[in-house]
Amino acid sequence: MATTLTINGEQKSFDAPADMPLLWVLRDVLGMTGTKFGCGIAECGACTVHIDGKPVRSCMLPVGAVRDRAVTTIEGVGATPVGAKVQKAWLDLEVIQCGYCQPGQIMSAAALLATTPNPDDSDIDAAMAGNICRCGTYVRIRAAIKQAASQRQS
Amino acid sequence: MAAAQKNSEGVSRRVLLSGGLAGGFLLAFHLPLHALAANEPVQPPDVTEGKFAPNAFIRIDSAGKTTLVMPQVEMGQGIYTAIAMILAEELDADFSSVVLEHAPANEKLYANPAFGIQATGGSTSLRVFWKPLREAGASARAMLVHAAAREWQVDPASCTASNGEVIDKKSGRKLSYGALAANASGERPPKDVAPKDPKDFVLIGKPLKRLDTPDKVNGKAVYGIDAILPGMKFATLKACPVFGGKVGKVDDSAAKKIPGVQKIVVLDDTVAVVGDHMWAAKKGLDALVVDWDEGPNARLSSNDIWQDLRAASEKDGVVAKSTGDIAKGLATGSRLDASYELPFLAHATMEPLNATVHVKPDACEIWTGTQIMARVQSEAAKAAGLPVEKVTVNNHLIGGGFGRRLEPDMVVAAVRVAKQVDGPVKVVWTREEDVQHDIYRPVYRDTIAATLSDGKIVGWKYRVSGSSILARWLPPAFQNGIDIDALDSAVDMPYDIPNFHVEYVRAEPPAVPTGFWRGVGANNNVFAIECFMDELARKAGKDPIDFRRAMLGKNPRLLAALNLVAEKSNWGEPLPVRAGRGVSVQPSFGSFIATVVEAEIDEQGEVRLRRVTSAVDTGIAVNPDTIVAQLEGGLIFGLTAALYGEVTIDKGRVQQSNFNDYRMLRIDQAPKIEVHIIKSGEPPGGIGETGTTAGPPALRNAIYAATGVALRRLPIDRSLISAGKKA
Repeated sequence: MATTLTINGEQKSFDAPADMPLLWVLRDVLGMTGTKFGCGIAECGACTVHIDGKPVRSCMLPVGAVRDRAVTTIEGVGATPVGAKVQKAWLDLEVIQCGYCQPGQIMSAAALLATTPNPDDSDIDAAMAGNICRCGTYVRIRAAIKQAASQRQS
Repeated sequence: MAAAQKNSEGVSRRVLLSGGLAGGFLLAFHLPLHALAANEPVQPPDVTEGKFAPNAFIRIDSAGKTTLVMPQVEMGQGIYTAIAMILAEELDADFSSVVLEHAPANEKLYANPAFGIQATGGSTSLRVFWKPLREAGASARAMLVHAAAREWQVDPASCTASNGEVIDKKSGRKLSYGALAANASGERPPKDVAPKDPKDFVLIGKPLKRLDTPDKVNGKAVYGIDAILPGMKFATLKACPVFGGKVGKVDDSAAKKIPGVQKIVVLDDTVAVVGDHMWAAKKGLDALVVDWDEGPNARLSSNDIWQDLRAASEKDGVVAKSTGDIAKGLATGSRLDASYELPFLAHATMEPLNATVHVKPDACEIWTGTQIMARVQSEAAKAAGLPVEKVTVNNHLIGGGFGRRLEPDMVVAAVRVAKQVDGPVKVVWTREEDVQHDIYRPVYRDTIAATLSDGKIVGWKYRVSGSSILARWLPPAFQNGIDIDALDSAVDMPYDIPNFHVEYVRAEPPAVPTGFWRGVGANNNVFAIECFMDELARKAGKDPIDFRRAMLGKNPRLLAALNLVAEKSNWGEPLPVRAGRGVSVQPSFGSFIATVVEAEIDEQGEVRLRRVTSAVDTGIAVNPDTIVAQLEGGLIFGLTAALYGEVTIDKGRVQQSNFNDYRMLRIDQAPKIEVHIIKSGEPPGGIGETGTTAGPPALRNAIYAATGVALRRLPIDRSLISAGKKA
């Protein structure tokens, strides 16, 4: 099925079955490998992208359901002020170890800060508990979200 | 496949750009996407011609570009940064411009001295490479200094080096390493160059930023699973769900009708579907109707395995160490006996297992992330039916190793599939396949008998029963029936005990493959020992920290860590009802660590982690921030297993399948963690697994303190806690 999506502000046209999860469109059709496969059942959050600014697990989202909505991935989130703040905080606090889950963590954190500029611990728990990190970087993720929140919007 | 080619060009440009944008550090990992011609090796051979290449690790070209070849692999532990810091420190290189390269498969140049093979594991990297890396850097520096001195006709002793330049101290003249590269190549490597006095370190000991992280925040980092090659196909596979079973009949009529499915591959024990993308491959695999020949293990259950292990563990083992008089020791004072049991565990690395393979008639090329470069090359060669030199392995950043990528099975499986595919194929395991066909942390049973007199241990008899991973993985290391890994931290216990005896019973579980898991043998032993220490302390009527202190007289580094953690954790201060603190200490991996876990346990036995405090003497802290990060992460990894981790077997197959039933600790359950590093001048210890082994016994002892329930098995059993069963 010929489809056109707006991904990170760019129009992308491709052929894919309507039931194909957005994750595999990004990775295997468009070659945008920043978004990660972790579980395939929306349990780990590694595949998190934004649809119209809201975090979704792309491994279970059929591409046919995306239609005219704007997709933002880890490759594009740095172009948003909140995404850039999150990425900077992640590096400032050296959150990352293996890094494989971190695109999903950053997407979830950026979506949280976009709606809740000053999250408390329970906001962070609610927004981030869907993202598993096997390296166990949770302590620094929490600290980095707070640091990003404390930076003034630039 | 024009679309795929176009896509890989797009990705390729991004990757090429990323080096110059990486926060001032030039990172030139040789990633698959650099090469669009599929036949061209993408991790280039290590060309030393025309460069100053005094050893396996350092390459300086005439423009001064300094390339450091990484003998150990980066899987999140920060080793690339640490290795680069050590080499650059002794070389006096300009650290801000070094380029890192994955080492190629080369057992001669890059073998890990701890194993004799090219492997990253066991928290050995800094312990075994500290000296050779310093010597390599110092020797190369001396050659550059000599080349400059010869050019200036001055005494080398009157020259110094800094930031990639040699300086004539008297005149202030300078020559860059690039300008000296050609002449330095003609210098004879000096003998016995002294590495720097630690007081002169400019890099080591500083919390420098990691070199691998800038590209990990923006999606540019390329893991094995991200390899894209022109014309590449995608595949996923399923092995017989019963261990050791085979493929019987396959009905592929429905699978073949799925759009995008290209090919069905049927191997003797595995089926795979090849498609235009993972979605087609996965749908195709789900649509295959396979009649499995389940074989002899079709009735195997966890109960059988535990029954066998318990029986084996009651027999005498091979004596690994015996000091004093154990019979006399066990006949003195009051005696306590206990046994501890640990379950099978899966690794569940966040990056699912994968390998991209292109088998050609006379060669095979592989893109993957592995902890064992050369073994992957040789095992792939066997599977491909090619001489080993015809197999090229391109290593990548690794999305979690934890021991899983110390095995070549995911690459071998991919080669078997790729032999039936024209062109390159990326074989990715589903999470379900990853959990159900892992190479598992073995089940262990430890039996301990100890006697107490005057509040101290006078006799200690300890028997480890379990699989020998070493006997399979590194046979020469398995000597006289003793598995040194399975006994790690048991034969070298830190406590001063006059009559001491340790045995090993090798007990292999039927059919279930066993392998290294973060924390390796120490995981099992530290848990059993430190749990039992708390039970002994209670029997002696002593505080758990005081009880340990009295027997750590010969271990001042560990005693200092214990004293510091007691202070920092507020040990002894009041806590709410049903909250407790538990302690553990260990000298494992050459790091001396004491840890206190503070936890709250409700009436149903649910545990809430409140706070974890560790104090560690890990020798010279090469990058202190990485040490803190590794302990934070290692503690979470171990606590995850203690709270949830268990793989069970029924009807010959694994019952867990994905993160819904193989549970992970998440951010909302993560405790506050404080790590205190003790300043030390000793050589660096290992740190990647230290936290993992420290967490579980400290948590269990916190539960013991809060509830009086002495759990002797992991994962923690909420029903035992809520029943209030005391040991």
